[in-house]
Amino acid sequence: MAVPHPRPDPAADAGPAAAAATAPFVSVRDLTVRFVSRDADVKVINGVSFDVLKGEVLCLLGESGSGKSVTMRTLIRLLPPTARLGGTVTIDGIDVLGLPRNDLKRLRGSLAAMIFQEPMTALDPVFTIGQQIGEALVEQKGMSWADARARALQLLELVQIPSARRRLDNYPHELSGGLRQRAMIALALSLSPKLLLADEPTTALDATVQIQVLLLLRELQKELGMATVFVTHDLGVAAEIADRIGVMYAGRLVELGAVAEIMDAPRHPYTEGLMRSTVHAGMRGKVLDAIPGAPPDLADLPPGCAFAPRCRSVREHCLAVEPAAETVGPGRIVRCLRHGDDPAYAASAPLAIG
Amino acid sequence: MTLAVVPENPRLPVSADPRDRGGPMQPMLLVEDLKKHFPIKGSLFSPSRAVVKAVDGVSFEVAKGETLGIVGESGCGKSTTARLLMHLIQPDAGTIVFDGDPVGVVRGIPVDELQRNMQMVFQDSYASLNPRLPIADSIAFGPKSHGLPKSEARERARDLLGMVGLNPRLFAERYPHELSGGQRQRVNIARALAMHPRLVILDESVSALDKSVEAQVLNLLVSLKDRLSLTYLFISHDLNVVQYVSDRVMVMYLGRVAEIGPVERLYEAPQHPYTRALLSSRPSMDPRRRVSVPPLSGDPPNPVNPPSGCRFRTRCPLAEAVCAEIEPPLAALPAFPAHKVACHAVAAASGHSGTAVPV
Amino acid sequence: MAMAEPAAIRTVSEVLNAGRPARAGVSRSYWAGVRRRLARDRVTIVCAAILFVILAAAIFAPYVTWADPYKTSMIRRLLPPGSPNHILGTDELGRDMFTRLVYGGRISLFTGFMPVFVATVIGGTLGVLAGYLGGRSNMLIMRVMDVFYAFPSVLLAVAISGALGAGLVNGLVAMSLVFIAPVARVSETVATQVRNEDFVEAARATGARTWRILIEHILPNVLGPILIYASSLISVAIVLASGLSFLGLGVSPPNADWGLMLNTLRQSIYVAPVNAILPGVMIFVTSMCFNLMSDGLRAAMDVR
Repeated sequence: MAVPHPRPDPAADAGPAAAAATAPFVSVRDLTVRFVSRDADVKVINGVSFDVLKGEVLCLLGESGSGKSVTMRTLIRLLPPTARLGGTVTIDGIDVLGLPRNDLKRLRGSLAAMIFQEPMTALDPVFTIGQQIGEALVEQKGMSWADARARALQLLELVQIPSARRRLDNYPHELSGGLRQRAMIALALSLSPKLLLADEPTTALDATVQIQVLLLLRELQKELGMATVFVTHDLGVAAEIADRIGVMYAGRLVELGAVAEIMDAPRHPYTEGLMRSTVHAGMRGKVLDAIPGAPPDLADLPPGCAFAPRCRSVREHCLAVEPAAETVGPGRIVRCLRHGDDPAYAASAPLAIG
Repeated sequence: MTLAVVPENPRLPVSADPRDRGGPMQPMLLVEDLKKHFPIKGSLFSPSRAVVKAVDGVSFEVAKGETLGIVGESGCGKSTTARLLMHLIQPDAGTIVFDGDPVGVVRGIPVDELQRNMQMVFQDSYASLNPRLPIADSIAFGPKSHGLPKSEARERARDLLGMVGLNPRLFAERYPHELSGGQRQRVNIARALAMHPRLVILDESVSALDKSVEAQVLNLLVSLKDRLSLTYLFISHDLNVVQYVSDRVMVMYLGRVAEIGPVERLYEAPQHPYTRALLSSRPSMDPRRRVSVPPLSGDPPNPVNPPSGCRFRTRCPLAEAVCAEIEPPLAALPAFPAHKVACHAVAAASGHSGTAVPV
Repeated sequence: MAMAEPAAIRTVSEVLNAGRPARAGVSRSYWAGVRRRLARDRVTIVCAAILFVILAAAIFAPYVTWADPYKTSMIRRLLPPGSPNHILGTDELGRDMFTRLVYGGRISLFTGFMPVFVATVIGGTLGVLAGYLGGRSNMLIMRVMDVFYAFPSVLLAVAISGALGAGLVNGLVAMSLVFIAPVARVSETVATQVRNEDFVEAARATGARTWRILIEHILPNVLGPILIYASSLISVAIVLASGLSFLGLGVSPPNADWGLMLNTLRQSIYVAPVNAILPGVMIFVTSMCFNLMSDGLRAAMDVR
């Protein structure tokens, strides 16, 4: 049996040491999310803890079904009614999960705003861009329509939309994909949120447009000092925009740390595998070092470490014990038995994958 | 009799394929001036004359046993090209020659024989499998419809499942929704191979897969190509993946070929300003050396009304007057005949002031 | 033989599945899933049970009731339900209501089912062909259907059976013609959707013949929605057939048919309201059950 021994609270070192004095802007502790329906009980998030500081970009990196998007949506409780939430989420001192449903409006828009992969889901097709941004300002900030329109124009210029004045009176479908994405960003910024949530905002865009939007987001985030949670499946995108990366797998945060540290020296076998199998120049003619198998079924998670069936460092112990979050350096957390000082791992027999 | 030369590669050279007709020097596929314009539906009272020039005069060839990568942004016509080649949609103009035989003309090969020799794997692994059929039946469908008895077709399906790494005993009778994305894409590959094709078109076939699974499928594709002496047409928007699998790469922009050449050459010395922009739009993968200036501004223009002359000129940093007047032809570089570029700034005596980059 | 060999490294699945029964590659088919979801849907099950009872009673009518549906009796006219020997009373000619309702179900269910069946075969074929072939064939087939569609169905049925003359067979023909257009339209929509799916493209890319693709790939995927739609038409057909009988264009007396019974009993509605309403109740219950059941079917089949 595993011997539980005292471990430091992962939350204590979640942020860089320099920022330890200021309280984190966003704090997530032991978050669990289950989707319960008559047919199934799917454990989508299984105990996720992290902090986001003011002015910092945290990238949640993971594959489909890893829970990265659900984690982010939990921050503003943008989830279907079948979701059952556990743990705590605090944004700027507000207990998000304890907030009554009617008060969620206070949370969304002015405190935290979200941008989506597909802008057509966030923009209303029957109103012009100017009307949509204006309405948010009039409704929520009590501006006059004239002021709101002037502010909307400023916002479109802020997101570098060419001939912004003309675009104010365009309907979403009249804009190209890249401009639509920029318009959605302008809409999200209209209420000057302190927290920006971005759900794969560049994934559906063409390569030459993706980098433009990415650079714009980076610039705006710096300029406005927003805390940002950025969800992506693309290692390259994360490397461009993140200050810190949280790697997710099967509803758990398996590795967390500064972007350069994670890219230079991944510690979790999944992160390692992901980097090894990502195709880049100079791999021509070589067999790719792929991670075997497929992500697990969340409705039927294996016992112990969820990555164990695909892990090249797997030992018998991994199938029995779910690894706890282990602090392996300043602000660096890994959930892997290999990195603990657990003698049971060292003692147990290595296994082959399959 | 003694063999003077022992081939290094134990597998049969491509020319030893009994289906080979034109010999090793004959390209597997030769495409000339392929065109497809889609009319935009107008209403009853205002019939519209607008057309989308999805593919507008595309010419290229694919040598036997090679992988030609096709890259480009949405609306560049790469997927339409694939469907035109498969004759899933009818070309408006152009000739397609398969191993020396022109397609669909008198004394050429008929379309259904072309389709037997050329198969396609689609992007969406779920949509491209019939949800009501066990996967072995989906794979067996092609051979069966070409006259193979049902039991033999199913036997072939089971063999192919094994070949793509799925145990037929466990998987043959499963339905598509019971498989993961990577497994489904393996089934789609098996289905394409069931026709014993010589050329396989992979249209964004790994794009929808998770990164960890993408590598598995890429490995499978590379090894199958070797084992079965296949020729690939690999269409993708992912420049890194294209670089990994391709021998030669073709860059498309708004229905035209911008540049085509051997993969190392194209990635190391891209000539067309668009290719250069595309390559430097890739994220750096290094947080210490991030991209600081976007290589291009704006989106690709609408293919309904493409710009006159060179289609890239509206976004091109090198655009001059001549670019709006004359459409640059796809011409081989004098120093590298295998490397062709359609750009006035590269061609000598084009009327463009800059002989842009040293070749 | 090699006894001294060191213990081989075990695999992950060996450890995970130790002690568990080995799972064979058994797969639950699509239809098994549909059955499972249907079994959980109480409304659908109750409706199916009611329909089953009505259908069984109609088929085995002579065993369900010994009375003669045609035997009139002047002294026993319009007895209220619950009378001795007449559980549901008698009609205006003194015939046993229960017996007539049971026998009436034979004709009413037949007239509800038959035209829909014929229309589904013809309209479904036309619609699927139009949807799959597209282009000019689609134009031709669907514009002809539109002409039929332009008339209200009741009016069209009345007009056609009026032209053909009264009688059960003519009524059936008229109703079949009426239902072809809506079935064709639904089939065309579904077939057009399926035709654009990648798996149909992939099948076309094998160079297979059109009929093969239609049978193996299109049909299994359009059949569900078409059958669901058709089953919802059965209730319409029962009501429509009743209407035709009511107008004297369908079944002629003394045959028992719910619509006809409603028609003749209407004159007695003030004298014996319960008797007069009973055939209407049967029509209502049957069509309601068909409707709810097709709804349940749709819900069970929609999930992938």
